Amino acid sequence: MTAVTTTTAVPAAQAGEIPQVRRRRRLSPGRRLPAARLIGPLVLLALWAGASAAHTLDTGAVPAPWTVLRTAGRLWSDGTLPTDVLTSLERAGYGFAIGLVAGVLLALAAGLSRTGEALIDGTVQLNRAIPTLGLIPLFILWLGIGETFKVAIIAIVVYIPIYLNTHAALSGIDSRYVELAEVQGLTRLAFVRQIVVPGALPGFFVGLRLGVTGSWLGLVVLEQINATSGLGYLMFQAQNYGQTDVILVGLLIYGVFGLVSDSAVRLIERRVLSWRRTLSS
Amino acid sequence: MAPHTEQLTRSAVRLRGLTRSFEGRTVLDGIDLDLPAGQFTALLGHSGSGKSTLLRAIAGLDHGVAGDGRLTAPRRVSVVFQDSRLLPWRRVLDNVLLGLDGKDAADRGRSALAEVGLAGRERAWPGELSGGEAQRAALARSLVREPELLLADEPFGALDALTRIKMHHLLRELWQRHRPSVLLVTHDVDEAIVLADRVLVLDRGRIGLDLTIDRPHPRSYREPVLGEYRERLLAALGVTEDHT
Ligand SMILES: Nc1ncnc2c1ncn2[C@@H]1O[C@H](COP(=O)(O)OP(=O)(O)O)[C@@H](O)[C@H]1O
Ligand SMILES: [Mg+2]
Repeated sequence: MTAVTTTTAVPAAQAGEIPQVRRRRRLSPGRRLPAARLIGPLVLLALWAGASAAHTLDTGAVPAPWTVLRTAGRLWSDGTLPTDVLTSLERAGYGFAIGLVAGVLLALAAGLSRTGEALIDGTVQLNRAIPTLGLIPLFILWLGIGETFKVAIIAIVVYIPIYLNTHAALSGIDSRYVELAEVQGLTRLAFVRQIVVPGALPGFFVGLRLGVTGSWLGLVVLEQINATSGLGYLMFQAQNYGQTDVILVGLLIYGVFGLVSDSAVRLIERRVLSWRRTLSS
Repeated sequence: MAPHTEQLTRSAVRLRGLTRSFEGRTVLDGIDLDLPAGQFTALLGHSGSGKSTLLRAIAGLDHGVAGDGRLTAPRRVSVVFQDSRLLPWRRVLDNVLLGLDGKDAADRGRSALAEVGLAGRERAWPGELSGGEAQRAALARSLVREPELLLADEPFGALDALTRIKMHHLLRELWQRHRPSVLLVTHDVDEAIVLADRVLVLDRGRIGLDLTIDRPHPRSYREPVLGEYRERLLAALGVTEDHT
């Protein structure tokens, strides 16, 4: 941030006076607080702990933070939690990996060739119009209630935003850069590698972040309604026995998954797109 | 369809009856023009007179533009645009090397950057350069290919007056050292007079005036003799002195 300093115009009659220098009203929110994204959740946690300590919360509905922690410790040490977490991570991981590869490959095929575009783009748009979670009954009939259908649904939830954003970025390449590539005598391959792909990376990352979020969303939904194992299963059973603390443990772990993966993508994005900081700063 | 550009090893541009039109509106109306090898030529014209259209035709960039005529241009042509057109995701040196390969490419890129006064900025991002520096980098990118013909489309149009004067000196100096044929498109009469040895005025789709400026370099805007050229050019552009 640079502060803009301006001198107000002084009428000729008062030219002898020292001109008043006055800072303009700042319209940007100002400097960011350190660890800003953690402050809100920490305040919430403090309120929760405070209310629990003062016994103003019904412990049956909202157990205290330390109860949740203790439950988490117990579930971890008796081996239930690690197994369930691993199962869930595996589903989300496979689904995400397949969706990522499919989204990128389809976007490249559609973005770089007219035939590819004709074949792929309309089909994906059609797929997008169908709510993916609505496909669950059909996929269960096709693939059985095992892991395959879960991974397939997550992959679909992931590939769509990655495809859409990457394809839009690939086809939205600035025509001035195309002209530059022609002037510099680039081959088609060099053009794609040095101009099209790097130019599409910002769009790809937008899709990637949506895809990461989508993979968790898909996972939660699948595990809540078709739970036979995994975190969702744990929570589903806890519901039957009225164990709110176990449900909160599950929700917290989902939250941590989401936060960690989103931060990882942000970190990679900052690394790969480090040139962008020079423009936006 | 635009006719194909014949590749000649001789560094010279030759246009015969070149026409170009957009949606039936003729922009270039049968241009005959020869640019001798190594000549520094400026092309003047009103906004919309077809300067860029002509330059793009010579560069072979006008795919799908309707037109006719014969056109020969050298094999190695470089283009400098009004915007520096550096790729924001490549460092300055990598921008200069765009499309260049070979073992000594990086060294050539470095010396081209040094020539335009950007030594030490090889690893900067384009977003970190000022407008003038970015345009210098663009010049380096065009020179590193040792072009026989350098086409520049209002390359200094977006620069401030002081930077522009510096860039004039730089361009002329680079031309003296490398001797490519130069076709500099500009709408600035003074820029044309100070820099070029020959000034063309594009008017209603044809070369309306072809003026040789036989004065020693470096020139200053204030040389009285140049004032005469200035008046002739302004008259050819249909501008009288008090309206400028
Ligand atoms: N791609 C295009 N499609 C339609 N009209 C164009 C196109 N390019 C240029 N023109 C028209 O051709 C005329 C000459 O344009 P241009 O060569 O860019 O002029 P100049 O560079 O001299 O300002 C203008 O009237 C412009 O509108
Ligand atoms: Mg133009």
